[in-house]
Amino acid sequence: MTSTAWDSALGAEHRARLTRIAREVSFPAGTRLFEEGRRADRFWIVRAGTVALDIHVPGRRAAVVETLGRGELVGWSWYFPPYEWHLGAETTSTVQAYEFDAATVRLLCEEDAGFGRAVASWVGGVVADRLRATRIRLLDLYAPYGSGDLT
Amino acid sequence: MPDRRTTAVLDLSGLDALVEVLRGQGRTVVGPTVRDGAVVLAELDSARRLPFGWGTEVEAGRYRLVPRADGAAFAHTTGPQSWKAFLHPEREKLWSVDRGADGELSVTEERPPQPSYAFLGVRPCDLRAIAVQDRVLAGGRYPDSGYRERRVGAFLIAAECTEPGATCFCVSMGGGPGADAGFDLALTEVVDADGHRFRVRSGSDAGEEVLAAVPHHPDDPATGTAARSAVDAARERMGRAMPPVDLRALLAGSLEAERWDDVAARCLTCGNCTMVCPTCFCTTTEEVTDLTGDHAERWQRWDSCFDLDFSLLHGGPVRASGRSRYRQWLTHKLSTWYDQFGSSGCVGCGRCITWCPVGIDITEEAAALQAETSAGLPHDDREEPRR
Amino acid sequence: MTGVPVPYRVVRTRPETADTVSITLAPAGTAALAPFTPGRFAMVYAFGVGEIPVSVSRIGAGELVHTVRSVGAVSAALCALRPGDRVGLRGPFGTGWELPRAAGRDVLVVAGGIGLAPLRPLVLAALAAPDAHGRPNLLVGARTPGDVLYAKQLSDWAAGGGPLHCAVTVDRPSPTWRGRVGLVTELLNEAWFDPANTTAFVCGPEAMIRATARELVRRGLAPDRVRVSLERNMRCGTAHCGHCQLGGALLCRDGPVIGWDLARDLLTVREL
Repeated sequence: MTSTAWDSALGAEHRARLTRIAREVSFPAGTRLFEEGRRADRFWIVRAGTVALDIHVPGRRAAVVETLGRGELVGWSWYFPPYEWHLGAETTSTVQAYEFDAATVRLLCEEDAGFGRAVASWVGGVVADRLRATRIRLLDLYAPYGSGDLT
Repeated sequence: MPDRRTTAVLDLSGLDALVEVLRGQGRTVVGPTVRDGAVVLAELDSARRLPFGWGTEVEAGRYRLVPRADGAAFAHTTGPQSWKAFLHPEREKLWSVDRGADGELSVTEERPPQPSYAFLGVRPCDLRAIAVQDRVLAGGRYPDSGYRERRVGAFLIAAECTEPGATCFCVSMGGGPGADAGFDLALTEVVDADGHRFRVRSGSDAGEEVLAAVPHHPDDPATGTAARSAVDAARERMGRAMPPVDLRALLAGSLEAERWDDVAARCLTCGNCTMVCPTCFCTTTEEVTDLTGDHAERWQRWDSCFDLDFSLLHGGPVRASGRSRYRQWLTHKLSTWYDQFGSSGCVGCGRCITWCPVGIDITEEAAALQAETSAGLPHDDREEPRR
Repeated sequence: MTGVPVPYRVVRTRPETADTVSITLAPAGTAALAPFTPGRFAMVYAFGVGEIPVSVSRIGAGELVHTVRSVGAVSAALCALRPGDRVGLRGPFGTGWELPRAAGRDVLVVAGGIGLAPLRPLVLAALAAPDAHGRPNLLVGARTPGDVLYAKQLSDWAAGGGPLHCAVTVDRPSPTWRGRVGLVTELLNEAWFDPANTTAFVCGPEAMIRATARELVRRGLAPDRVRVSLERNMRCGTAHCGHCQLGGALLCRDGPVIGWDLARDLLTVREL
């Protein structure tokens, strides 16, 4: 089994380094992990369960834009100033995860250029993957007549 | 019977007799004749209908009949039609379906008795084109039964080329003005001080049989030499040539060439090239119902890859641009045809050049692609900003 | 002329989604087509309207199921069929999924939208021969929860308990959807397969196929072990009409299922 992010993108040495500062956490279904606009001071790697990313829309239930499962990085706003969440996140099942303190990881990145580059490439890769997937979903390919109007 | 192959000489009355013998066998004799300012293919009731005394003057986008003083019958180039008009007709009923009162469908396959053709005056390029269509329509897992019946029943009389046109390039496609195989009889027309005559060679048992029934003279050295030298001379007088490169590889490697934009700016996507091409085989289907609504017919008709609907998917046409449709045609003809049917789809007959209303020349396009490719680096690399 | 349609009787119809119907067919008389294998297709003839290529979505004893989405004149006519109506069938045509290619390997089936239809008989065949392969996986992407085909069967499979790992994701969730949201490739992390020893079978809109195949190769699958089913206009099914050309391939004959090793270059040239 593989995962896009964590195991394949980071070398064993860097992964071990992150694991040393990870906290093993568990959340029941329905836990709000973060809210849009709040400080992005933590992030998670899902070990089991799923997390839904959502956007609050007045008068409606929060709209789920994507779900993240095993091996996925939850949150990347902690990596880029101003370190504020762009979406909300809620567990949709019992979730086991590694939790990381964002400030600590950023500090490690500054102190060790090699580790910093590895983390940058990992987070950048995750963002790129999500962007690619989102762009394809934007096409609304499964709609009648595929992507958009008949010409 | 061992393969006996006779060479003989027919005079004009022998040619008349040949047509009579074939008609006497119940065959529909089809050959070139002059109509509407062109040499067309039509049923001949007599050899006298052949275009005696007519030559043709062709160029890219141009075709004219010109009278010839020598009275030759086969001194013209290929006309707007090819033999596919008879072997793979433009419109053909596939089946009919009747719906009974109980909703039951009864399907009737359309299998009319096929005519037994004799084609008189098949050019060597067209002999190869027939062989190409044989592979496409009768050589695969699902042979087209109508085509196969017409083809198996057809008696082919080749006419070797002695007057190639300005748009001819069969030699550069691996063919030539002479016919080596694939015919029942092959004629080479000779008009000189010794008279107007046809050197005839049989190429099959059926050809041997017909030749035996036709009054003929024995082969003579003078006629043999004259016939061979006329064909040899024709080989040197091809109006055009494909660039001497591996066309299959050239086209396969040219899918993103800039030349396609250039040719697309000229191409009207009219599909004339596909209609006159002797190997183009594409068809579409039509559903026809009568007023009762309980009788339907399925018809097949020629289609063209230049038609916008040709590549239609439920989301729209795959090949929406003229550029992509011209590229499809040329790439299929010269390259992907090998992948699909084991040979080139081009025999060098030159019809697509002659009958293109804007004079697009397939040999010129291939040469331009070759020039673009051999200019070396792909566009992106050449355009690298200077430091 | 390469054969005429064989009359088939509509045994039953079943609406799958708002625009998609599964039609169960049995021979109307004594004549029947040769047996189908998963991934192959029939030319389905709607009386007085025309013929379209449709893959088989279930292969039963003496019965065939076609799942048809109403997008044109013929498919609309097929979706409007009622039990007892007649259609004509020609086939089977094309290459199938060829499940034996996955012998001894993990089976990874990835479907997008109506692309699940031709893959369903493959999943059923894999489940019917569990010892021949590693673990079977079925990952499904759909537009909305209401667009999920064979929803009951998928939810039974997804509930677990059987040998099949099945997961469904949608592009746009409904308020009551509790499942995954995202592109179908986002389900790969949780699937159980060894990239070095897996054969993948992918069908869906072409852009989804490209994204999926690329991701699978990135994860270590050999390109020829990613089998994709492609779609082009088809008129005859017998490699004579020329419509289904994609480069050197005639998709009715050389496809619709081909390896990503061949498909990759064909699908990256625009308007090929």
